[in-house]
Amino acid sequence: MKKLIFSWFCCAVMSGVYAQQTFPVNGVADERSGTYIFTHATIVKDAQTTLQNASLLIQKGKIIAVGNDIAVPKDAIVVDCKGKYIIPSFIDLYSDYGIPAPRRSGGGFSYSAPAQLTSNTKGAYGWNQAIKADADAAALFEADNDKAKNFRDIGFGTVLTHRKDGIARGTGTLVTLADKKENLVIVKEKASAHYSFSKGTSTQSYPTSLMGAIALLRQSYLDAAWYKSNPTAEGVNLSLQAWNNNQQLPQVFDAGDKWADIRADRIGDEFGVQYIIKGGGNEYQRIKEIAATKAAFILPVNYPHAMDVEDPDNARLVSLNDLKHWEMAPVNAAAFEKAGIIFCLTPADLNDPKQFLPNIRKAIDNGLSEQKALEALTKTPATLLGVYDKVGSIEAGKLANFLIASGPIFKEQSIVYQNWVQGEKYTVQDAEWNDIKGIYTLVLHSGKGDINYTIDVKNARAANIINTDTLPVKFSFNGKLVSLGFKPNKKSKSVIRLSGVVNDDSSWKGNGADADGNSLLWTALFSKTTTIKPDTAAVQQDLPMAKITYPFGSYGWDELPKQETLLFKSAAVWTSEAEGNLENTDVLVKDGKIVRIGKNISNVSGAKIIDATGKYLTAGIIDEHSHIATVSINEGAQSVTSEVRIGDNLNPDDINIYRQLAGGVTASHILHGSANTIGGQTQLIKLRWGADDEGLKFKNADPFIKFALGENVKRTTSPANNRFPDTRMGVEQVLTDAFQRAVDYENALKKASVATGKKKQAANPFAAVRRDLELDALVEIMHKKRFITCHSYVQSEITYTMRVAEKFGFRINTFTHILEGYKVADKMKAHGANVSTFADWFGYKMEVADAIAYNAAIMQKMGLNVCINSDDAEMARRLNQEAAKTVKYGGVTEEEAWKMVTINPAKALHVDDRTGSIKTGKDADLVLWSNNPLSIYAKPEKTIVDGTVYFDLEHDLQLRRTIAEERNRIIQKMTAEKKSGTPVAAFKPSTYITLSCRDDHGDEDEQNNMQ
Amino acid sequence: MTKIYFLLAILSFALFAQAQDDVYPAKEYKGLLFITNGTVHVGNGQVTDNATIEINNGKIVRVGTNIAVPQGDVKVFDAKGKQVYPGLILPQSDLGLKEISGSVRGSNDYRELGDLNPNIRSIVAYNAASSMINVLKANGILLAGTVPQGGTISGSSSVVQLDAWNWEDAAYATDNGMHINLPSFAAPRRSGAAPPTPAQPEDIAQKTLEKIEEIKNFFREARAYLQEATHAATNLKLEAVKGLFDKTQKLFVHAGQVKQMLVAIDFVKEFEFDVVIVGGEESWQIAPLLKENNIAVILNAEHNLPSTEDEDFDQPFKTPAVLQNAGVLFALNDDASNARYRNLAFNAGTAAAYGLSKEEALSAITLNAAEILGIAGKTGSIEAGKDANIVISEGDILDMRTSIITHAFIQGREVNLASKQTQLYERYMRKYGFK
Repeated sequence: MKKLIFSWFCCAVMSGVYAQQTFPVNGVADERSGTYIFTHATIVKDAQTTLQNASLLIQKGKIIAVGNDIAVPKDAIVVDCKGKYIIPSFIDLYSDYGIPAPRRSGGGFSYSAPAQLTSNTKGAYGWNQAIKADADAAALFEADNDKAKNFRDIGFGTVLTHRKDGIARGTGTLVTLADKKENLVIVKEKASAHYSFSKGTSTQSYPTSLMGAIALLRQSYLDAAWYKSNPTAEGVNLSLQAWNNNQQLPQVFDAGDKWADIRADRIGDEFGVQYIIKGGGNEYQRIKEIAATKAAFILPVNYPHAMDVEDPDNARLVSLNDLKHWEMAPVNAAAFEKAGIIFCLTPADLNDPKQFLPNIRKAIDNGLSEQKALEALTKTPATLLGVYDKVGSIEAGKLANFLIASGPIFKEQSIVYQNWVQGEKYTVQDAEWNDIKGIYTLVLHSGKGDINYTIDVKNARAANIINTDTLPVKFSFNGKLVSLGFKPNKKSKSVIRLSGVVNDDSSWKGNGADADGNSLLWTALFSKTTTIKPDTAAVQQDLPMAKITYPFGSYGWDELPKQETLLFKSAAVWTSEAEGNLENTDVLVKDGKIVRIGKNISNVSGAKIIDATGKYLTAGIIDEHSHIATVSINEGAQSVTSEVRIGDNLNPDDINIYRQLAGGVTASHILHGSANTIGGQTQLIKLRWGADDEGLKFKNADPFIKFALGENVKRTTSPANNRFPDTRMGVEQVLTDAFQRAVDYENALKKASVATGKKKQAANPFAAVRRDLELDALVEIMHKKRFITCHSYVQSEITYTMRVAEKFGFRINTFTHILEGYKVADKMKAHGANVSTFADWFGYKMEVADAIAYNAAIMQKMGLNVCINSDDAEMARRLNQEAAKTVKYGGVTEEEAWKMVTINPAKALHVDDRTGSIKTGKDADLVLWSNNPLSIYAKPEKTIVDGTVYFDLEHDLQLRRTIAEERNRIIQKMTAEKKSGTPVAAFKPSTYITLSCRDDHGDEDEQNNMQ
Repeated sequence: MTKIYFLLAILSFALFAQAQDDVYPAKEYKGLLFITNGTVHVGNGQVTDNATIEINNGKIVRVGTNIAVPQGDVKVFDAKGKQVYPGLILPQSDLGLKEISGSVRGSNDYRELGDLNPNIRSIVAYNAASSMINVLKANGILLAGTVPQGGTISGSSSVVQLDAWNWEDAAYATDNGMHINLPSFAAPRRSGAAPPTPAQPEDIAQKTLEKIEEIKNFFREARAYLQEATHAATNLKLEAVKGLFDKTQKLFVHAGQVKQMLVAIDFVKEFEFDVVIVGGEESWQIAPLLKENNIAVILNAEHNLPSTEDEDFDQPFKTPAVLQNAGVLFALNDDASNARYRNLAFNAGTAAAYGLSKEEALSAITLNAAEILGIAGKTGSIEAGKDANIVISEGDILDMRTSIITHAFIQGREVNLASKQTQLYERYMRKYGFK
C-alpha cells in the first residue's frame, strides 16, 4: 500500500502538474518547484524508525521520497546533512494561534448586581451566550508570522487552533506555521470541535457555577438532538445547528484538572462522545481514575516554578499539596505512559514557550521515554485528528514539515537549526549548522610579526582564549560572520578586537585591531575537537521525591485504608435505637457491617480488639445540611435550576472531609446553596477520605433536591435585584409556576408516547417533546422519586410551601433551618415533614428575629423527626455539642438529643435502614468517643465508615509529624534552588475552598446573614 | 436529672411571663445578701465547696466557708448543689451597635466612615434595649465590651453591664480602649472561584509598612500635640488618644498574623502604650515574644477552622493552652455572629478540652478579661471588694451538657433572665398545650 501511494505521488508531482490559483499576480509569475534533497542525514521517520545516512527529497511543500537509495534529481538543491538529524516537526492540538483574542467584558453572578438573564449575542443564535458552537476557527484565522515563529522555534510545524472562549467553542482548524497566505496553510478546515467548563467572555449570568456549566452542556446535547426534528417553536437556531454539524469531528474538551477531566468524560459517556481531554498537569495524582476514562489526553508541561518561601510566614500559606506538586509535576507524562494512556503534549499553558523543550526533557528525566515523547508530539496528535496521512512523520506524500537538528531532538546539547514547514526553510538557530566547536589556532598578523593564540570555541556565543591564562572571549558567530574580543592576558586592560568570516573549509579570516589600536589581519585554523560534557539531567537525580497520597495534599493516605474486623470491648454503647444507651457492651464489626452487639463477645478470629472501657461508642454523625467537598454550591442565575447536580462537582480533596471525620461525622448531605427558590439536586456522601468523587457517594440512596425561601432567594441584600421574585409573594408563584409547567410537560410526554400508527409501537416521546432536565427533576418530585429539603425560616413561607406541594400531590420531605418551625410545628406534623435546624442560631438577619433556641425541643415534643445540622464547615465538627444544646434549651433527654444527629437525619434522608444507629446488619459507621458524646470534653478517638477506620487520633499525630517533615524538606529544596541562582517565582498563597450557603462572597459581614 | 433541669427552667420563665418590653432591669438592692452553700469558682483558679458569699450594697464583702448568715432583714439565696461563677465577660463585641446586620441597614451603628476615627465613641450609640442582650445574660454574660469597627483607627470602646435602662446606666468603664486595625501583610488566601489578587505579595507588604508608618506618625503628632498646654486649633482626633499616653486607655490592636503582632510589639517599644492584641490567630507561634513584651491577647474565636489546610485540625482549639503555658495574659472572646456570642462559655469549654484546666478556662472569660479591659479592680472574680457580678449554674458552666444558668446578679441586683426567646417558647408551649 505504501509503495502504491508513493508511486502515485511520484507521478503526480514529477510529471510537472502545474499549480493554478485564483489570485492574480502583479508582475511576472515566479513559480518554483522547491525541490530539495537532504543527504547523509540521520532521519527519524517516526518514533519507531530511524534511518542512518539517508536522504529526504521534497518538492512543492511535500515529501517525495525518503530512504537510503534516492537518486539526486537534477533540479534539486542538495543540502548535505552529514551528522545531522531530521525529525518530523511537532503538532500542537491546543493552540489559539492566529485567532483574535475574544473580548472580555465582565459578567457573572453577584448577589449585589443585577443579573443578565438573556444572551447578548445578536442574531439567530441559541439562548445561552456561552454556547458558541457556531464559532469557526477557519473563518476567524489570520496567519501571524511573528507568533508562528515562537512555535516554529520550539519545533512545531502544525497546530490545531481554535477560539478558547465559551462552554461550546465551535470548530478548530488545523494549520501549518508557514508564512503563507491563510488559504495555503489550512490543512483541514474543520478539524475538531471544542468544549470547556468556562463560560469565558459570556456576560450572561447563567451558568454561574461548574455544576451549571455541566447542566448546560447536558441540556445542549438534548436540545441539539431535538432540534434535528425541526421543531417549529424553535425556528432557526444557528447555535444548535452548528452543534449538530460539529458532532462528527474529533471532540476536544478543555478540563484542566484531574477531577475536571473525569467530570468531562462522564458527560461524554452520557451522550456517547469520547472526548480528547486537555488535562491540567496533576493527573498523575489519580492516574488509575484517569486511565478509566479511556480518553486520549492533551497534557500541558507548565510545571510550577520554585517559589520564594524563605519567609516562614509566607511559607506557611503554601500548602503541602502545592509543594509536592512543584516537586512531582514533571512525572505527569511518564505516569500516562506507564498507565498506557494515549496522550499528546502541548506548550499551550506555558508563559514562556522557550521552556517547552527543557520541560519535555524534565519529563524524560522523570521517566518518560524519548520515543513516547516524540510520538506524543507527532503521530499521536495527527492520528487523533485523522490527519496522519498528511502530517506526523517523515513519509512520502506528507507535508514537508520537519526539523533539522544537530542531534537527537530531546538531548540538552542538541540544537534545532532549521524548521521546514510545507517545504520552506525557517531558520531557528543555524549559526552552528557547521559545527564550530573545537580548538583553533589564531594567528594575528601584525607589524610586529605573527602572534599565536589558542581558542577553545564552545558554541556560537562562547569561547575561551587559552594562553598563559584562560580568559573568556567576547564571541559571536552567526553562521558566517565571526567577531572576537579578548584581553591578551589577565593584566592587560585593553582588548584585541577582531572580525571576519568563516569559510566553508573551516578556516577563519578577517581584520581587526590589537590592544594598542593598531590594525591587523588575522586567520584561524581548526586544530582539534573537544569533548562534550554530558547532559546535566543525569546529574541531579537521586533527591528524595514526594509520595503520591490519597488525597494528594496533607493528611492523605499512602494506601487507601481497608475494612477491618473490629471488636469494641466494654463500651458505653449509645444505640440510637429503642434499646437506648447500653453499659459495658461489646460491638463486633466485620465486612463493613455491625455484626453483633452484646456482652462478652469473644473468640472472634482475626478481629482487632479495641478496649473501649470508659469510652462511648455511637453511630456516626450525619449532617443533614452541609456544603463541604464540592467545587460550587450555588447556581444562582435563575430562580429554578433543578437541572444542576451537586454530585457533578464533588471535590474529594476538601480537607474539611478529614476535619469533620475528626469531629465524628460519617455522612453529609451536600446541598445546593440558597441563592434561588428551586436550587440544585443534592448529594449524600459518606466521608470516605481518600476516595474519588464516585467513591464518596452514598450509593442507592433516594435522590434529593434543595429548595429555598425567603430573604436569600428574593435577594434582599442586593440593592439592584432584577431577578424574579423580589417578595415572598413571588416565591410562592415561582413554586406554583414550576410545578404547573412540570405537569404540562409530563402530560405532553404522555401524549407523545401513546402508541400510534399501524405498528402500534410506543413512540419515543422525546422526538416530539424537548427533554427538559429542569422539569424532569420536578416530575420526579411529583412522583415521589426525588425529595425536597427546603431552606425556610418564617411561618408564612413554610405554610404556603406545604400548600403548593399538597396541591401538586407531594410532600416537602424536610424543612431545613426552619427557625420559626416552632410556630407551625402542628402544621408540619400534619403535612408529614421532617425538620432540620440549628440549635441556637439567632439574630443574624431579619427573618431570624423570632428564632429561639427552644425550637428543636418544641418540634420534638410535637412528634416531628428533628435533626440538628451544621450548614457550616466548622460547626459540623461539633454537631455533638449542638445536639447537647437541645438538652439545655427545652429539656430534651440525652438519648433523644443524640438521635437528632444520628438516626433522625438518617430517617430524613431515607437511609435509616442502613446507617444512623448501632444495630446488627447496619453499616458500621461508628465513632468511639473519649467521653459522653454530648459533652464539650468528648473527642472522637476513632471514626469509622463502612467498617474502615478513616480517622484515628493516634494516626493523626503521626500524620502531623509527617506533614511537618515533608513540608520542611520541600521548602529547604525550594530555598536551595533560590540560593543556587535559579530564578524563583514570587510567593503565592495556595488557594483553598471552604464554601458556605452563599459561596464565594467577599463581604464577610453579609456572609453571616445568609445562612 | 434532665427533668429537674427542665422544671427549673420552666419555673424561672413563669416568674417573668411578660413581653420582652416588660423584662425590666432589676432595681438597686441596698443591704446584705448572702449566697450560701454553693461551689464557688473564684475566677482566679480557686474553687471553694460549700462556700458563702456575703454581699453588702452590691459589693462582695467576704467569701468563705465559715460565714454565718445573721438573722433579720437580709436576703439569702441558697445555692446548694449549684456552681457559682463570676459574671462572664464578653470582651469584644458589637453588642448594642448592630441589631440586624446586612439586610437591615437602619439597625446598624457599628462602622463609621473614614479611616482615622479615634474620636468616635461606641458608648454613645449603645442600645441598652437590644434584643440580643437578654439572651446573652441568660447565658451568663453580664459584662461586654462594645467596640466600634472600620477604618484604621476605629475609635474608643467601653465596657457595659447588661442590665440597664440606657447607655449611661450601662457604662461600666467608659472609653477605656482605643482600637486600631492593622492592614494585612499577605495576600488573602482566595477561595477557588474568586478572582486572583492582583497585587504581588511584596507590594502588599510594602503598602502595609507604609500604612503602619502613617499610623505611627499619627501617634507621634498626637504626642507632640498633647505636650502643648494650649492649642491654636483644637484637634479632636489628636485629643482623643490622650488616654493612651496617660495610660487611662489601652491600645487594642486587631491583628492575626505574626508580622502584624510584631508591629504591635513595636507600638509598645516606641510609645509605651498598654497593648492588647485582638484576634491573635497566629499568636501561638510567638507566645514567648508576647510574654516578654507584656502584650495581652484576646483570642477572637475558639470555634474556627485552622487557617491552612496543613495545620492541625485542632489548632484553634489548643491555642489558648499555648498562651497559658507561655504565661501570656489572654482572654477568650466569641465572635460567632450566627449565634450572637451566646456561646462564650463554650469557647472556654473547648479550650478546657484542649489543654487548659477548667479553672484556667474560666479565668479566660472572667478575671483575665477583666484585667485586659482594665476593670479587674471591680469585677472578674468573686473576691472581697469587687462588685457582686455573679452567675449561678446547675452544673459546669463550660459544658453545654450541664450549663443551665438559673440566676445572675449584677452589682448585687438579681437580674431577670427572661428574653424574647424564653417568652416565645412559653407562648408556643401554651399554644400546643405542652408542659
